[in-house]
Amino acid sequence: MNYPLYDELQVYLCMAALLLVIGIYGLVRRRTLIGMLISGELVFSAASLNLMAFNRFTVQDPAVGQIFVLFIMGLAAAEVAIGLSVMLAVYRNYRSITTKELTDLKG
Amino acid sequence: MNDFPSSTLILNAIFILSLVTASVGALIAVLSTRLIRSVCGLAICCLGLAGLYYFLHSPFLALMEILIYIGAVCVTIVFAVMLVEPDEPANDEKRKSALEWGGVMLVLTAGPFWALSRLALRSAWTEPDAAAKASGSISAIGIHLLTTYSMAFELISLALLVAIVGALAIARSGRTKP
Repeated sequence: MNYPLYDELQVYLCMAALLLVIGIYGLVRRRTLIGMLISGELVFSAASLNLMAFNRFTVQDPAVGQIFVLFIMGLAAAEVAIGLSVMLAVYRNYRSITTKELTDLKG
Repeated sequence: MNDFPSSTLILNAIFILSLVTASVGALIAVLSTRLIRSVCGLAICCLGLAGLYYFLHSPFLALMEILIYIGAVCVTIVFAVMLVEPDEPANDEKRKSALEWGGVMLVLTAGPFWALSRLALRSAWTEPDAAAKASGSISAIGIHLLTTYSMAFELISLALLVAIVGALAIARSGRTKP
């Protein structure tokens, strides 16, 4: 147990794969728009964790990956703001945010 | 790091704790039927991720993860949960189609997880020599942001501005005047 587990790249990569898979599962299974948004955030986190792991272990200059992840966080915040305002508009028109009822274009 | 006898053990324990926190938070976020609980699950997951970032030699990003994800994203989603209807509707699909969906989900999730983990474990990752490695401290990040990545930095701020204005415009239209 005296083996430093936190200095292994593979542990972080498997954790990122787990987060990605959980996010995909939520994206398919969730039946409301907010739930799908939360699952999308999980996928974003998986990508950030992957970038940070490679940045720590295999890159010459470790500042670059941190800047990338910072940009990902900023874009995720912008995406949440836009997504939530879209949800408010949808709720105002349909009185519901379940994905089953948003079927106006369906033939 | 080895001046304290069981420091590796303690660090391993804290690391496994943050791994478990992130996984359990993600599972809560996906599996619970009440939306407010899944928002809390997302917050827990981000807390665990902040711990992982700390172990990846980046305390700055650990703080940013807590600040942006828990402080901004989760709070915004909580506001949206308060404004729209809070719960998922009851599941009304038939048993047979549920079984089929279970099979599809198993393929969709277990397949990528197996492939990615195998890829991560089997390939040989080369580490750069430690002497030529740059520091990656907060001051290095600041210098990079103001020199090499200044254009991207400005574009991100522009994207945030457009997102805010667009969110206001979308949420405002269709509202009746009092």
